[in-house]
Amino acid sequence: MWRRDSLTIETKLAIRAWLFLAVPIVFFVVIRFYPALQSFGIAFTEWNLLSPARFVGLANFSRMLGDPVFWIAFKNTFLYLFIGTPLSLALAFLIAYYLDQVRFGHGLIRALYFIPHLTTTVAMAWVWRWFYQPPPIGLFNNLLNLADLNAQPFLRSTVQALPAAIAPAIWAGLGFQVILFMAGLRAIPSSYYEAARIDGAGRWMILREITLPMLRPTTVFLVVISSIGFLRIFDTVYNMTDNGAGGPLNSTKPLVLYIYETAFRSYQMGYAAAQTLILFLILLTISLVQLRLMRARP
Amino acid sequence: MTASVAPPDPLDSAPAWHVGLAAHPGRVIAWTLLVIGGIVMMTPLIYMVATSLKLSNEVYDVNIIPREPTLENYKFIFENTRFGLWFLNSLVTSVLVTISVVFFDSLIGYTLAKFKFRGRDAVFVAMLTTLMIPTEMLIVPWYLMAKNLGWLNSYWGIMFPGMMTGFGVFLMRQFFTGIPDDYIHAARIDGLSEFQIWWQVALPLVTPALSALAIFTFLGNWTAFLWPLIVTNDRGLYTLPVGLASFSGEYLTEWELIMAGATIATLPTLAVFIVFQRFIIRGVVLAGLKG
Repeated sequence: MWRRDSLTIETKLAIRAWLFLAVPIVFFVVIRFYPALQSFGIAFTEWNLLSPARFVGLANFSRMLGDPVFWIAFKNTFLYLFIGTPLSLALAFLIAYYLDQVRFGHGLIRALYFIPHLTTTVAMAWVWRWFYQPPPIGLFNNLLNLADLNAQPFLRSTVQALPAAIAPAIWAGLGFQVILFMAGLRAIPSSYYEAARIDGAGRWMILREITLPMLRPTTVFLVVISSIGFLRIFDTVYNMTDNGAGGPLNSTKPLVLYIYETAFRSYQMGYAAAQTLILFLILLTISLVQLRLMRARP
Repeated sequence: MTASVAPPDPLDSAPAWHVGLAAHPGRVIAWTLLVIGGIVMMTPLIYMVATSLKLSNEVYDVNIIPREPTLENYKFIFENTRFGLWFLNSLVTSVLVTISVVFFDSLIGYTLAKFKFRGRDAVFVAMLTTLMIPTEMLIVPWYLMAKNLGWLNSYWGIMFPGMMTGFGVFLMRQFFTGIPDDYIHAARIDGLSEFQIWWQVALPLVTPALSALAIFTFLGNWTAFLWPLIVTNDRGLYTLPVGLASFSGEYLTEWELIMAGATIATLPTLAVFIVFQRFIIRGVVLAGLKG
């Protein structure tokens, strides 16, 4: 120890810090940054893993433009987003708003809403898949039957399958959103409400003028998290559709599932990498919009 | 970890402005609707467990309670499939990844919070940037890496992408920043090594964040599907979700067996919730607000 006295304390601490960071830096470079750059490179090649990768310029991207399945998957991905996010946030807010005012059994009720968030997605996809089966198998059709209503095809219909696949995703995400909305509600100073009440503001007025504006950071955060979740939907659809193909007739196939098929069922690594770049751009845009919205406080 | 060290529940006590309001009809209705909604939320889980205890001739019955509860489905699964092995694979890989993440992310977070050196902010920003890289963009290069290095169909192959996470680094750095520097100076004067200071002085002060990180890492890996699906094709190395998907595809019409498999895959996550409920709810809030 005395021998190293020539070094200042600061230098010694800096050396120690880099020592602590050495393995992590190697990890982040090799497992995160290098592969990310590599996927940019692969996107410009044609590569089936058997013969060496061949540079093809923008061919993968122009192929994408003319690939009907890619566009179906692209459209589906945004359908998941535009149906799933508003619906789940509206539901979550409604539940959080009322649950926040409940004291009797609060913890237990909250647990009922939160527990689905912790389940294994794959397992739940199979439970919901069973619910959607045609009569006399599926629970939903059996309930419709009990209510004297017509049986529905659900996952067998090109129209109903996508909404049917959204339901378990909303169901599983709700608990997380409720918890965060409630934390956001609790963070609003009670003096705001008291002042509003003294001024004679009604419930709607308070909701519109105080609660919702004060919840904005939470809402922005949840919109982004939920959007990213729906844009990346995979487990649910893979397990709810026949052979994990996103059917019937690609009607439920999201982008990530198409990427998976392109890479690991037809071994077109270049084309798959090009698609992941598109997904990356979409996700990046959403993250940047979030930063923008978070900074621009009203 | 006993319940007594559990942190206070941030959502436990209602704020003052609620207290003045007594129960009136509107609130009773709201409460009732919330409870009904909560029960509806639980129905998939209830049906899953109930059906896993039914005989095949009862599966399509809307009644929840099995007429003759049976463990036959579980017996069949453990005798005829490799669920036991898949369970073990999931458990081992999830636990090892969790240990690695908790160790490294907290060490990185501590170093970035409590050491002052040139390049510190650059390292932090670089690690944060990885949060912007979606897994889907990395799976093709990871697959090539695993293939070239012989990591396909191995525990290491399943685990290596998740051994450290940008999110954990961010979370732990936030919490270590809150520790007074005096503690660290005092420990230094007492002659503790820098590693000991981190391990013995700093880590115990951030236990809530650490447990939240551990729980979420474990759950995330336990339920992970896409990467394990890609990196394993040897049935003996499947994780539980991959095994369940493959098994369910094979026994497509035997829903009682599928429900038993789904129950096996889900029960551990519920057990984690029951044991760590307070840490989890608090962790969601912490992670959400800090993130």
